[in-house]
Amino acid sequence: MSRLAVDIGGTFTDVVVETPTQRFSTKVLTNKAAPELGVLDGVRKALALAALHPSEIGLIVHGTTLATNAIIERKGAVTALVTTEGFRDTVEMAYEHRFAQYDLFIEKPKPLVPRPLRFTVPERLDVRGQVRLALDEPALLRLAGTLRARKVESIAIGFLHSYINPMHEQRAGAILAAELPDVRITLSSDVCPELREYERFTTACANAYVQPLMARYLGELREQLQVEGFSCPILLMTSGGGLTTLETAVRFPIRLVESGPAGGAILATVVAAELGLRRILSFDMGGTTAKICVIDDGKPMASRSFEVDRQYLFMKGSGFPVRIPVIEMVEIGAGGGSIAGVDAMKRVQVGPDSAGSDPGPACYARGGSEPTVTDGNLILGRIDPEHFAGGSIRLETERAETAIARQVAVPLGIDPLLAAFAISEMVEENMANAARVHAVERGTDLSGRAMIAFGGSAPLHAARLAEKLGIAEVIIPASAGVGSAVGFLRAPISFQVVRSRPSLLGSLDDAGLNTLFDAMEAEATQVVRLGAPGADIVITRSADMRYQGQGHEIAVQIDDARFDAESGTRLRTAFEDAYRTMFGRGIPGLEIEVTSWTLTATAPAVTAGPAMGVNTGAGHAQPAGQRRLFDPQHGAYRTVPVYRRAELGPQQTISGPAVIAEDETTTVVTTDFDARVDQTGAIRLLKRRVEVAREAA
Amino acid sequence: MSPSDKMSMIHYQIMWNRLISVVEEQAQTLIRTAFGAPTREAGDVSAGVYDTQGRMLAQAVTGTPGHVNSMAMSVGHALKKFPLDGLDDGDVLIFNDPWIGTGHLNDIVVVTPIFRRRKPVALFACTLHVVDIGGVGVSGGGKQIYEEGLFLPPTKIVEAGRLNQWLVDIIAANVRESVQVLGDVFSEISSNDVGGRRLLAMMDEFGLESLDLLAEHILTESRRASLEAITRLPFGTYHNSMTVDGLDEPMVFKAALTIGPDGIDVDFAGSPGIVNKGINVPLCYTEAYTSFGVKVVVAPHVPNNAASLATIRVTAPEGSLLNAPHPAPVGGRGSFGQMLPDVVMGCLQQAVAAGVPAEGTSCLWNIRMMGGYGRVDAPSATMLRATPFNLTSFHSGGTGARPRQDGMSATAFPSGVRNVPVEVTETMAPLLVWKKEFRTDSGGAGRQRGGLGQLMEIESAEAMPFATMSNFDRVRFPPRGREGGLPGATGRVSLASGEELPGRGLATIPAGDRLRVEMPGGGGYGDPFARAPDLVAEDVAFGYISAEAAATIYGVVLSETGEVDLAGTETLRAARKPAA
Repeated sequence: MSRLAVDIGGTFTDVVVETPTQRFSTKVLTNKAAPELGVLDGVRKALALAALHPSEIGLIVHGTTLATNAIIERKGAVTALVTTEGFRDTVEMAYEHRFAQYDLFIEKPKPLVPRPLRFTVPERLDVRGQVRLALDEPALLRLAGTLRARKVESIAIGFLHSYINPMHEQRAGAILAAELPDVRITLSSDVCPELREYERFTTACANAYVQPLMARYLGELREQLQVEGFSCPILLMTSGGGLTTLETAVRFPIRLVESGPAGGAILATVVAAELGLRRILSFDMGGTTAKICVIDDGKPMASRSFEVDRQYLFMKGSGFPVRIPVIEMVEIGAGGGSIAGVDAMKRVQVGPDSAGSDPGPACYARGGSEPTVTDGNLILGRIDPEHFAGGSIRLETERAETAIARQVAVPLGIDPLLAAFAISEMVEENMANAARVHAVERGTDLSGRAMIAFGGSAPLHAARLAEKLGIAEVIIPASAGVGSAVGFLRAPISFQVVRSRPSLLGSLDDAGLNTLFDAMEAEATQVVRLGAPGADIVITRSADMRYQGQGHEIAVQIDDARFDAESGTRLRTAFEDAYRTMFGRGIPGLEIEVTSWTLTATAPAVTAGPAMGVNTGAGHAQPAGQRRLFDPQHGAYRTVPVYRRAELGPQQTISGPAVIAEDETTTVVTTDFDARVDQTGAIRLLKRRVEVAREAA
Repeated sequence: MSPSDKMSMIHYQIMWNRLISVVEEQAQTLIRTAFGAPTREAGDVSAGVYDTQGRMLAQAVTGTPGHVNSMAMSVGHALKKFPLDGLDDGDVLIFNDPWIGTGHLNDIVVVTPIFRRRKPVALFACTLHVVDIGGVGVSGGGKQIYEEGLFLPPTKIVEAGRLNQWLVDIIAANVRESVQVLGDVFSEISSNDVGGRRLLAMMDEFGLESLDLLAEHILTESRRASLEAITRLPFGTYHNSMTVDGLDEPMVFKAALTIGPDGIDVDFAGSPGIVNKGINVPLCYTEAYTSFGVKVVVAPHVPNNAASLATIRVTAPEGSLLNAPHPAPVGGRGSFGQMLPDVVMGCLQQAVAAGVPAEGTSCLWNIRMMGGYGRVDAPSATMLRATPFNLTSFHSGGTGARPRQDGMSATAFPSGVRNVPVEVTETMAPLLVWKKEFRTDSGGAGRQRGGLGQLMEIESAEAMPFATMSNFDRVRFPPRGREGGLPGATGRVSLASGEELPGRGLATIPAGDRLRVEMPGGGGYGDPFARAPDLVAEDVAFGYISAEAAATIYGVVLSETGEVDLAGTETLRAARKPAA
């Protein structure tokens, strides 16, 4: 069976077709007005390359940034929030804090639902889910009239303590649905049944906000694909790294927000599995951002918090939170387009502002005058001005030099070459710092890992970043340019359900928990069955746990299929082990509490596709040429050989310093590394053993 | 590697950047492992790295201004008692002396010297707010420091790698939540270790034997950048005074701020004397919030370190409220300390052409509630049946309007804390929060409007009386506006049934009644008549201001559908515009 994957990104829509033996891919421009037309365009091209008819495709997997863009550009539906009387402003007050301590002039993110569209109804449940004030149904009926008059297209309902008892939300939803049959309704207890009203309400608002748009788009897409002759199922890529059905995607469109990066993480997972690597750092660097993700034993780290629409580029706390299953990664404003400058302390600063692709770096000669990371790489000799992006853009070195001289070199009193080096060092240092902090937050270490690098800018910086992080092996897989879409085809079908049910380990209600997990399992498997009828479904359970009194939980895997009298003791051991791994030491004698319980149902990826790539190179390639590359150890240029990636044979070893060029990017092999292309077509950079030995001594 | 070497200049920048990242890692570790709500929810922590002379080289951005300057000085104080050449690898110091730490006993400072090849190369220090320190703690009820809890002078909690069990036992025996308090201390020790390991890895990578040259680079550049920012302002001495509610009588804080070629000096001469209640402020805490108030306006972009902070010097007469000597009680030093940025910003308004924000709520409006036997002024027989609890929920009023932006509603400033979610509060104590909404018309009117305060209503969930211990300001004297902007609304504490409760002090909420806390709004900036009419119309549509306020205070006429009547507005504004 052949399968097809489509990834709609901000600029390009990538399409990949895999037959059991081969892979074909294409890129078309994203059609912002009618994304489904862009998809069709790309799908036709890809099928033509593969010489396949739509009827020969057995599965389509799709991921899109449409939901994210709708939020960032505030182009979602006219959305109302219906909430508990007295709590109209919860989503606007947020955390009552400033995300930047030393900036008097911040603007806090504006809630998706403005105050005039936030309505309250008398009702109140307490912390145990008991009714303290009955739901005022006549008030809801009156409210329906107002909502109609305001032409509301989508409604989020968020009541206090609905995570423990959804009764009032469900009743309110039913009343409003009957009154307003054309309006979509999201219940906070449905989309995010978790303690903490701000996060839960905000997640419900975000879901409601993108729902009409996503429902319309996904409906259109399905129709168009049917007209085109496809009869196979369509599955959607979620931010958690699993696939879900179109129906579920329409119910919870907010779960689609980070599908592209999730696809990238899955690609890295697959590459690692093929190479038999257990501890991985995936490094994805493009034009605007870099994303770094830790993957152990074939599993990317999972999380349930994600922030959208950050006001300050990539600053934690400057956006608003959505609680959905996501692959945990750190994203920072470091890409080829990141702009460099010098601050008041005469320190080189890089990013997070980006020149993007329009006007782009100064060397693009498209009107950009700010020096960027790409301009620096050009001066350092890492990029070939004649063959950038397959030769589609001719880069102008003088413009890069002028920009860097003006903004960096002159203020620092150094020459443009050193300034370019300072820019690349600083962007690499920023990424290394972000990776280190991320690892500490996740209780893991980076040294000894292998790095899998993809995205247009990553191969230029991967070796140096690896040096900074104490990483001795870097893999640059083939097909890195359409990596997310390839990752989509390797994703399992899965669905995650979470419930807040605070419990102390000393007094676990095992019967109650078994009932709870049975209900969660029924819900999750039902969703997975839709996409994988007849498949074996694997259930995993976890608990968010902490010492009683702490404010942050860690997720701990639960091995028990059923709870019994000993479950508390086993969970305690599991938590204490995890805690020690993360923070060095446990705290004896403290009670441990569980805040939320999570269950994930997974049907394994449908089939394995072709290998990541095939090494088409033969024999022992000679350098295609030579280039001047800046050598940090001597502070000057050094002439190094240039190889063409496609020409490299499997047994060949290239010693750094060297560069390996291809159409989409260039791999820089630093002095301390050797490069080899393996049978899958991946470039593997290995730190030379002498270096390792010297460090050990 | 000589400093003139240009490659090494790039390396210094990289290492400086790394140090800031390392202390951030240290702070994040603390927050993730801490127990007390002040730390875990609010981020009431600080972390920094110091050179062997005790000079702070970098401080985590995460944290709260109360620790800005106090942390910078604390390691130097500790080294006076324990000179570095007497310390060994594996020693860790601890103290909570409010006068050399961060202002009250609940903040415990931990300092760890870091050794490379058996030579000390740096120190890491951090502080956090523990849930309890014995005594009356932060309630303000102490008459002397001795009543406020356990006092730790600098001493070794770990000696050559061995935990000082004797000291651990003393701490455990003197605090109410010993396991959590010691857990916090252990996480401080670990977080310094994390910082130390990262520093040593960096020194290996760059082949550094000492931090001396790097320290000189950081401190020189920081001092230069700070002075460059300061000397752009017109030299001179600027005065301001601000009246606050005080205790029984209003108090007037007076500041003289002098800008000169060598930095900024702030003197609080003429400010009130110490009081007989634990709301006095040690000088280190006065310095911290004052430095923050100056720095956030003048040089927010320069990282905190010994040199950048040394360009701002703070003095207050010995024995005054803002320089309260030992053994004055200081547990609740925050409510006045947090007012100080407003006092110095009033001086800076005269020097900074672009203007500074109007006054805001400034002190936190943390609602402290207690229930159960021995904690509430109600019959013991009744209270024995009540669930015991003691809870602080963090909340804030509005901030002052900014010269070109409205103030922020229900947002902490200058403190850096976050709130506690209502659902979390109700999990921790038998309480029902019935209301938590913006207060219409509470933001001071102006061309830029002050941030709105909020209203909260809280009732016992088990029909029992409960107590509240308030330490609020801006109940009698509102945050003032600037440049013609009007003051924000004052705050108010009362029972829902009507009775007014004290802004500072203890009160009982009878069963069935509700505690009503109305938090202040920030002051406005500029003439309200200069506010764009469509912004006024939007404020009315959003319910931030009332239609009456739009007409009477802002001079904006709105149609029945809420559209701006431009002609009517012009006439109204022209007619009422003061001749001046």
